[in-house]
Amino acid sequence: MGPKSRITLVLVLLGFALCIFIERSGLLSAYILQISMYVGINIILTLSLNLVNGYMGEFSVGHAGFMAIGAYVSSIITVRVFHNQMGPLVFPLAVIVAGIVAAATSFVVAFPSFRTRGDYLAIVTLAFNMIVKSVLENIDALGGPRGFMGMSRLTNLANVYAWCLITIYVVRNFVYSNFGRAVLSIREDEVASNLVSVNTRQMKIMVFLIASFFAGVAGGLFAHVMQFINPRSFAIQKSTDILVMVYLGGIGSIFGSVLGATVYTVLLELLRPLGVWRWVVGPIMLVVLMICRPTGIMGLKELSGLIPREEQVLKEKEGADVVTASD
Amino acid sequence: MIILLLQQMLNGLQLGSVYALIALGYTMVYGILRLINFAHGDIFMISCYFGFFAACAFLSKGLPTWLAFIATMMVSMLLTALVAVLIERVAYKPLRYAPKVSAVITALGIGLFLENFTLATLGPTPRGMPALLPNVNYRLGPLSMSSVQILIIIISIVLMFLLDRVVQKTMTGMAMRAVSYDKTTASVMGVPVDKIISITFAIGSAVAGAGGVLYSLAYPIINPYMGVRIGWWAFIAAVIGGIGNVRGAMLGAYILAFVEVFTPMVLPSSTYRDFVAFTVLLIVLVVRPTGLMGRVTAQKV
Amino acid sequence: MSLLQIEGLTHFFGGLKAVSDFNLELANGEVVGLIGPNGAGKTTVFNLITGVYKPSRGRIRFDGHDLVGLQSCQIISMGIARTFQTIRLFRDLTVLDNVRLGHFAQARYGIRDALMRSAKFRDEEKRIKDKALELLEAFNLTRYAYVPAKALPYGEQRRLEIARALSSNPKLLLLDEPAAGMNPREIDELLERIAWLKDEFHLTIFLIEHQMRVVMGICERIAVLDFGETIAVGAPLEIQTDPRVLEAYLGKEVS
Ligand SMILES: Nc1ncnc2c1ncn2[C@@H]1O[C@H](COP(=O)(O)OP(=O)(O)OP(=O)(O)O)[C@@H](O)[C@H]1O
Ligand SMILES: [Mg+2]
Repeated sequence: MGPKSRITLVLVLLGFALCIFIERSGLLSAYILQISMYVGINIILTLSLNLVNGYMGEFSVGHAGFMAIGAYVSSIITVRVFHNQMGPLVFPLAVIVAGIVAAATSFVVAFPSFRTRGDYLAIVTLAFNMIVKSVLENIDALGGPRGFMGMSRLTNLANVYAWCLITIYVVRNFVYSNFGRAVLSIREDEVASNLVSVNTRQMKIMVFLIASFFAGVAGGLFAHVMQFINPRSFAIQKSTDILVMVYLGGIGSIFGSVLGATVYTVLLELLRPLGVWRWVVGPIMLVVLMICRPTGIMGLKELSGLIPREEQVLKEKEGADVVTASD
Repeated sequence: MIILLLQQMLNGLQLGSVYALIALGYTMVYGILRLINFAHGDIFMISCYFGFFAACAFLSKGLPTWLAFIATMMVSMLLTALVAVLIERVAYKPLRYAPKVSAVITALGIGLFLENFTLATLGPTPRGMPALLPNVNYRLGPLSMSSVQILIIIISIVLMFLLDRVVQKTMTGMAMRAVSYDKTTASVMGVPVDKIISITFAIGSAVAGAGGVLYSLAYPIINPYMGVRIGWWAFIAAVIGGIGNVRGAMLGAYILAFVEVFTPMVLPSSTYRDFVAFTVLLIVLVVRPTGLMGRVTAQKV
Repeated sequence: MSLLQIEGLTHFFGGLKAVSDFNLELANGEVVGLIGPNGAGKTTVFNLITGVYKPSRGRIRFDGHDLVGLQSCQIISMGIARTFQTIRLFRDLTVLDNVRLGHFAQARYGIRDALMRSAKFRDEEKRIKDKALELLEAFNLTRYAYVPAKALPYGEQRRLEIARALSSNPKLLLLDEPAAGMNPREIDELLERIAWLKDEFHLTIFLIEHQMRVVMGICERIAVLDFGETIAVGAPLEIQTDPRVLEAYLGKEVS
């Protein structure tokens, strides 16, 4: 283990300690605690959608559909199957199962993506989102349009923190691998990608599986902060929110997603005194952003600390005769 | 049973006509800019409010109802077209050569803006559209239809027919098709591209404006969120028909309206209609990725 | 022994017969040219071989396997690589990544290794990177390794396309108008490079060219297409004097 990874490990553990301390000590108000958890959940959602829209260059507008599945599945497990018993033990499992079920449904979107791209795939994902919502509204056993309740507040800061780290770790390792390069090449030119031996279908399935898994996880965490969910929480507006965070932070950037989710979530809270008008300011910001800086805050750049060592030190090592992008 | 079927067909025809008027806007803008104008449903909602305020104003001035109706239509179409052109100029034009995602997200943003702006200024309370037309029920044997219903169907079909003529036969229509085919070449050939794009937005939204007035006469409850559902449905209609294709949009609209009207007859509750509509959409897209009447383009390597 | 066997290959685009009953065999180590006027169907033949389109009729066998119906990536992993008539690099990816992508099918680690960054993953990545850098060295591109491909000058982009194609370890290399847009000096350099490639990497080469002059030097055999029809196959000298070829190239009034 190199010195850098040791430092990382220490930081991660310190972070955990901090999370637990904050929660136990009551240092922060319940409100701020809640917002912090939303920030974390939104980071997971944003990063996972960034994989599809940013790195792979598809345009999915139905991410909330996967989130909905995760939210309902995890709630059914904790409330109906375990009757809120053994919460802290069952919960991590419930969240993982939620992710897996959400991932399983991603084939509905992945298969059409073999044949269509761009707008039409966007419509397929949209339809997926709408269908999930509509099905949930029609299952009376799950409360139908009234929603589902009875979850205990099993999500805590440490939980959210852990899942955030896992998401960042997985996405970063995926992106800086053979698979990640393949995904980027699909964004650039899908046909050419196939013609340099990339199995584009396999890659698409993989990306949708990973992205929807984490969306499902985020749904599970969300349901157990809110302790109440209804199909409307996962309508197309929610998907739009996630999209905004992705493009606000910047596509194809892990740090961008972290920033985008944080800035957007906090900003919406700060605007709360505006009442209804805050929902007017949000969209205007989005439009201005798209016109003035369409690549988002980070604009395709990555925080260098997130790039694996093998991928970054090369530049200095391999001689002075290396031309850099600015030449 | 047969009578019920016929009656529902008539209702489907009415609903389909309104959907078609809105779907046209989606399809025309997509045809020319390759942009899904997600704000269109909310533009429709705005047009309903224009119609509402115009109708109230004209009626309080004591205009005879039929005159008030015509004036309301005019005002709503005009104002809606203006709003749409304004949106195009301010929000979409700067993004014409940007990555398409930026434009689509902007459209989503504009839609949310319109919705929430209306909510913030006019409040969430639904408004009731005043009756502009004498609502007479005609009976044709066991079948009943209202004058409003007949008028909606007739006006919509006339509008669609006119629009089809405009696109197919006039110079403007030709220019639209040229811009839709290749913006750069069209502008080299002397087509005023910016103007044509604005005209397209104007026409598409004016037609939606007419749809707004007709819709609120038939279903007289107006609220800031009404554009969401109807907008989506019109959008699905446009996609099923093959987005970018004017006749396809009309076909899709009627198909979808029949789905909506007949779903409750087959399935236990009307809440299934979204499910059915989106499933139809998914199936169409999987079988024919460019819609029923959309042209299939192969990628050149 | 023949490496590639094409029998009765026919393809329609709607009503347009782009390739009609095309037959050809390529022996191991051969360099064969495919020429013909604009729109003759040359690129379409490459697209059919590499699975971009599924042929309307006909058989394609490579190294004992049937190619028809396979996905492009499967065909490429069997040992066929190609370049494109108009450059199709991954423009925003670095030169190194462009070449590393060719190794996609050869990477011997799974998704689990990648996500855990296992030892196997690191070894494999190192191997891939070393091989890619080697290739870049061979193509004189090392100094550009970390530059996005779009920043390269035209000639270098063309070279990079060939390097990328070779990175998937092909037995058969399909070159679609590699000399397009080059001046005579660059063309000479290219011809030399192709000859070198063939020996260095033990390649069989199938090459499309628009200008007859270019193929004459390096091809052992040439097939000529016109409006999808094969109008001649033979040694360069035979082709040069074939009246039907002259007619296709120069028009009827000459003959
Ligand atoms: N995807 C496609 N859809 C429809 N027609 C096509 C397609 N690709 C090629 N064609 C047509 O097929 C014919 C052969 O095209 P091809 O590209 O194979 O010609 P070529 O010999 O490579 O010509 P060039 O020298 O110009 O590259 C042409 O008429 C072309 O227009
Ligand atoms: Mg060609």
